[in-house]
Amino acid sequence: MTVGSVPRTIPESVRSADPTKGRMSTWTHKHLLSLEALSANEITFVLDTAVGFKEVSTRSVKKVPALRGRVVVNAFFEDSTRTRMSFSLAAQRLSADVIDFSGSGSSVSKGETLIDTARNIEAMGIDVMVVRHSAAGAAMTLAKHLQCSIVNAGDGAHEHPTQGLLDLYTIRERFGRIEGLKVAIVGDIGNSRVARSNLWGLKKLGAEVIFVGPPTLVPRTFEQLGATVVHDFDSIIGQVDVINMLRVQNERMKSAQFPTVREFTQLFGLTGERFARCKKGVFVMHPGPMNRGVEIQSDIADGASSGILKQVENGLAVRMAVLYLVSQRAKEPQMNADERR
Amino acid sequence: MQTHYDANAFAALLGTLADRIVAIVPMASPFNVVGIRTRGEVLADRLIPLLRQRGAHDIGHGTLDITLYRDDLSELGPRAIVRPTELNFEIDKRPLILIDDVLFTGRTVRAAMDALADFGRPSAVRLAIFVDRGGRELPIQPDAAALTLDLPLDQQVKVKVAERDGEDAIDVVSRT
Repeated sequence: MTVGSVPRTIPESVRSADPTKGRMSTWTHKHLLSLEALSANEITFVLDTAVGFKEVSTRSVKKVPALRGRVVVNAFFEDSTRTRMSFSLAAQRLSADVIDFSGSGSSVSKGETLIDTARNIEAMGIDVMVVRHSAAGAAMTLAKHLQCSIVNAGDGAHEHPTQGLLDLYTIRERFGRIEGLKVAIVGDIGNSRVARSNLWGLKKLGAEVIFVGPPTLVPRTFEQLGATVVHDFDSIIGQVDVINMLRVQNERMKSAQFPTVREFTQLFGLTGERFARCKKGVFVMHPGPMNRGVEIQSDIADGASSGILKQVENGLAVRMAVLYLVSQRAKEPQMNADERR
Repeated sequence: MQTHYDANAFAALLGTLADRIVAIVPMASPFNVVGIRTRGEVLADRLIPLLRQRGAHDIGHGTLDITLYRDDLSELGPRAIVRPTELNFEIDKRPLILIDDVLFTGRTVRAAMDALADFGRPSAVRLAIFVDRGGRELPIQPDAAALTLDLPLDQQVKVKVAERDGEDAIDVVSRT
């Protein structure tokens, strides 16, 4: 497991700069591989762009021609339902053509390498490849070997940048800001790409991140990344503005790292009793799919404090923004909008 | 700098544009005014009180962001920030006046009409332009224009509005 490098401190001047003042895009990336590699301004810019895309989903015609004639492939070498559907719908709402590829039952199971598979897909004329893979760094590897734009949709325990962005968007929508908020991320942090992408994004935008879980799943070494590590959920429950409950990964339940389900719920589940001790106005999030009654009590997931369905809704807008931005090709220096009329 | 229109000239031209809109759209019936981001939006804000002075009473007011409808995604580098379109009124069966600051190639207006079609079906779409500078690349003409010029391609019109640029002015300058 790679923990990553020690975070760079973000100068105050960068964090407080308002990128919406400039009217032109500051986005220059061909790929979206991680949030660790983005600046605070770039992250904010994606979030601001997503506001424009969210409006598209409220129209009677929920479609714009921005990526007409472009081809987006969902190359999912690992299972996914909501992320894949979200990317497909996002691409379709931008008028792109969408192809779905899944690793199981494909040439991958016949022994073809990742790069060969990806190159063969690309040879069909792909503009953007959305990649999910169980190995950390898979998306970055493809970015080095392919010509098309790569969007990381989850690579092992490394990052899930669009999930991080949609969580940031949802928090910002709720509170009107991210800076100064205290965010607890609870559960299996060690195996979670969602936790890592959230950490990078939240820290860059000035929030405080607290990782909560048993020592086997949240080692102290995570403090090197800039988060506070806490093994006692109750000790911080009354202080945080946002609680992001990670999924208890059933596939890992039987490992020695994991307590029993009952013990986990008792110590780290968001139960009604625990929820009663939360700060007023606390915002509850979950990346899904959730195990009702395990990491989160059912009525809390469905309650007024829950942002879970908002996360899914915002995920669509954020992914539209990401697909749109990586599709831009920076061929010329910036041009004033007024010159293009 | 070759030509400069100051704040007084700007105000007079805005009045002219309002008069010309009155001549083509009946003020007694409901209609909608939609500005194209970003300076068309500001001009629409300014025109609405002028149209009310001229007898209009039921005006829907909206803003159109046409970034996602442009036909040059693959040609250009960084572009304008995508922002929401705001059309919170009944768009169907009413005339709609589309407002922009400068008409040049006509591509922005084409994109705007594509965008409008996704929102509804106005009874008519009229194009009101502050400065028609000439140089069209598409068969699109304004129904009302405050100032009509025929500039060579190496010249550029800059419309400045106090809300965004600190002053009301029109400058015709050489491209550098």
